[in-house]
Amino acid sequence: MNLNRIFNKYRTFPHGIHPLGHKELTAGKAIRRVAFAPEMVIPLSQHRGAPAVATVVPGQEVVRGEPIAEPGGFVSVPMHSPVTGSVKSIDALVPSAAGPKVRAIVIHTYEASTQEVLYDCPRDLESMTSEQLVQAVQDAGMVGLGGAAFPSHVKMLPPKGKKIDTLLVNGCECEPYLTCDHRIMLERADSLIRGIEMALRATGAGRAIIGVEDNKLDAVVHIRSRLPSGGRISVEAVETKYPQGAEKMLILALLKQEVPSGGIPADIGVAVYNVGTLAQLGDLVPESRGLIERVVTLSGPGIERPGNYLVPIGTPLRFLLGQARSRSDANEIIIGGPMMGMSVASLDVPVTKGVSGVVVLEPKDPDQRPRPIYPCIKCSDCLDACPVNLNPSMLGQLAQVREYGTMEQAYHLNDCFECGCCSYVCPSNIPLTQYFRIAKAINREAAVAAAH
Amino acid sequence: MALTSKPIEIRTSPHIRKAISVAQIMRNVVYALLPICAWSVYKFGLSALLLLLTTTVACALSESLFCWLSGRNNTVRDFSVIITGLLLGLTLPPGFPLWMAAVAGFMAIGLGKALFGGLGYNVMNPALVGRAFVQAAFPVAITTWTPAFVPGRFSEAIPSTLTTPFMTPPDATVWIQALAIDGFTGATPLALQKFEHISASTIDLLTGVLAGSAGESSALLVFLCGLYLALRGMMDWRIPAAVFTGTILTSLPFYLVSPEIYPSPQFMILSGGLMLGAMFMASDMVGSPLTPRGIWLYGFSIGFLTVMIRLFGGLTEGVMYAILIGNVLTPLIDSVTQPRVYGARRQEERP
Ligand code: SF4
Ligand code: SF4
Repeated sequence: MNLNRIFNKYRTFPHGIHPLGHKELTAGKAIRRVAFAPEMVIPLSQHRGAPAVATVVPGQEVVRGEPIAEPGGFVSVPMHSPVTGSVKSIDALVPSAAGPKVRAIVIHTYEASTQEVLYDCPRDLESMTSEQLVQAVQDAGMVGLGGAAFPSHVKMLPPKGKKIDTLLVNGCECEPYLTCDHRIMLERADSLIRGIEMALRATGAGRAIIGVEDNKLDAVVHIRSRLPSGGRISVEAVETKYPQGAEKMLILALLKQEVPSGGIPADIGVAVYNVGTLAQLGDLVPESRGLIERVVTLSGPGIERPGNYLVPIGTPLRFLLGQARSRSDANEIIIGGPMMGMSVASLDVPVTKGVSGVVVLEPKDPDQRPRPIYPCIKCSDCLDACPVNLNPSMLGQLAQVREYGTMEQAYHLNDCFECGCCSYVCPSNIPLTQYFRIAKAINREAAVAAAH
Repeated sequence: MALTSKPIEIRTSPHIRKAISVAQIMRNVVYALLPICAWSVYKFGLSALLLLLTTTVACALSESLFCWLSGRNNTVRDFSVIITGLLLGLTLPPGFPLWMAAVAGFMAIGLGKALFGGLGYNVMNPALVGRAFVQAAFPVAITTWTPAFVPGRFSEAIPSTLTTPFMTPPDATVWIQALAIDGFTGATPLALQKFEHISASTIDLLTGVLAGSAGESSALLVFLCGLYLALRGMMDWRIPAAVFTGTILTSLPFYLVSPEIYPSPQFMILSGGLMLGAMFMASDMVGSPLTPRGIWLYGFSIGFLTVMIRLFGGLTEGVMYAILIGNVLTPLIDSVTQPRVYGARRQEERP
């Protein structure tokens, strides 16, 4: 517990950390479009749930915005072509951010095309029923744009017997460097409000609260000034603290409620959406368009022209980094934020629906210095950082002696959501979060093996 | 694009770390201890300097020896052994024979640290283990107190300091009488209070112009040094806070009932090794609990035990044993105070 941080007037959750934000690099940069890459790669599984199923064949011509894959089940979404061009191949094994190679549709871009979205048809939202709205959301291929990439329509239909009464709109953006949601709140507040109203109707919730960290008070003021009368939607500032944007933490900060361990927010009548997701919905659904581009923050010391870019989904990183002039000595490229994002192994990885940022670090960055690992000195910093109140020190010691079962049964391993706070604070540089990821994977495998 | 020319690195998240490491924490603790050491050298002269050097060097050598014996990397450079050495030196009487101090240093590292597997694995505070060992082995030497601010203290060591190894030190009283300091009884403020019910003044305790071990000196200075660490986030302020609260809450009722016999809470806090113990030894991360409730419980127990030993035990000073007991209780405290995990059902909601 840090003596200096006892007072703060905004709501928050206990524990958490205060990493350097570095948001000043891009917070003032308006969203700009990037050029179309000559070749687009659209993985069929860029969301949680079943992969999409391709509906195009190699050689086929596609128009920008045209559906090119259909959902592979209820928890799945369709894909739309980000460019006008022709399908080059489908079964290519393309690298993904997570590591394994995945199936993807590769589209060759027509350079001469105007790249106008022709594939749309305006519709009247007022006359749509909530079922139709949910269907429209799935048709748009919407997933959580905050990073989780969970299909949006699924969250609108809570499990049987549960009812959603409150919608939380997550505008925290607690990851360092990322500013795409900040810009969206400033530049696309009306779309956001349209999206929120749509989500309120689709879920049947009575109210919506937008939670924004107090380092973005300009966004709070701006959205407040655009809010419709009626008072169903409100904006609340919350303390700037990582991981304030985690679903469970935001619920605790704004509603003083906890999601039961192992449960989902719908268990307590809550659905959480990212501001970027709802702003996109507000733009796409009235026009019956599909999700073909998103705002991505490109930042970090290794980028010469940091900024917030509107990037077509499927743009390979190599092309994107070339546009933002990545410096030649960049040595780590992170997809997402530096706390929970993944370093990519290949620059051929494309931007997918869940990519909110690309952060490039250089070797001379202080975070890249060698980190000698010491034994745990029981400083208890990790306990004071863990937002879900686990005991990472104990879990780490158990992981070192491979007591993965005990970690799960006695020390609540499965409540860890891998936020990285414990590793961040650990003065002994123990890779705690990584230990927990591995432990969970081993437990999962053991459970599968036991079931057979 | 130049990006292709160089290999890129793959790391696991989080990709950023707080800029504070174990070595840095340890280094800062050493910095925080230096003013205290300086003051005690100023107060007791050459003997205190030699004593601090001896314990530190003995600890560092022992650490190297044990690392070598167990085939581990030499860990002297992580500074934690320097802290142990300095703390140990500060808890000993200034005229403590150097050869005994070396034994204490060896024992602190061997028995208190290496035996458990080195930094992070020790159960008890190594400095206190070393001191407890010599307390048992050399009961006379460790209770022989010499006056502070002796003239000529910088040119000449206290005679007992340079005792030949394995010899009993010369009787200090002769030397003290030769100095002819009026009213020096060879008793620490705590002993005076305990046996004669004379409380030293608060100001004297704060500035530390009284007799005592090298580090039982200026409570104010120790407090400020501890505060520096707490403000830099390198020491858990809750531990000293809990120790003080425990001390006050335990000693206050006695004081209120009969102020002539029992010392006041402020005397309890400012006298003896309590300040040093609370700020630098009880708060030693390795031996203290991890859980928030555990930390408070641990601190309270140390405060409570200190007062109990001081008031009713055979010893005048109880901080050392109180902290050692606290250290030993730590695993137990931790296991009964595990925090409630987010979203876990509260006790009353369990079916
Ligand atoms: S990674 Fe897991 S254990 Fe570590 S702080 Fe986050 S939730 Fe807690
Ligand atoms: S932060 Fe690291 S060193 Fe400190 S208690 Fe946790 S695991 Fe141990």
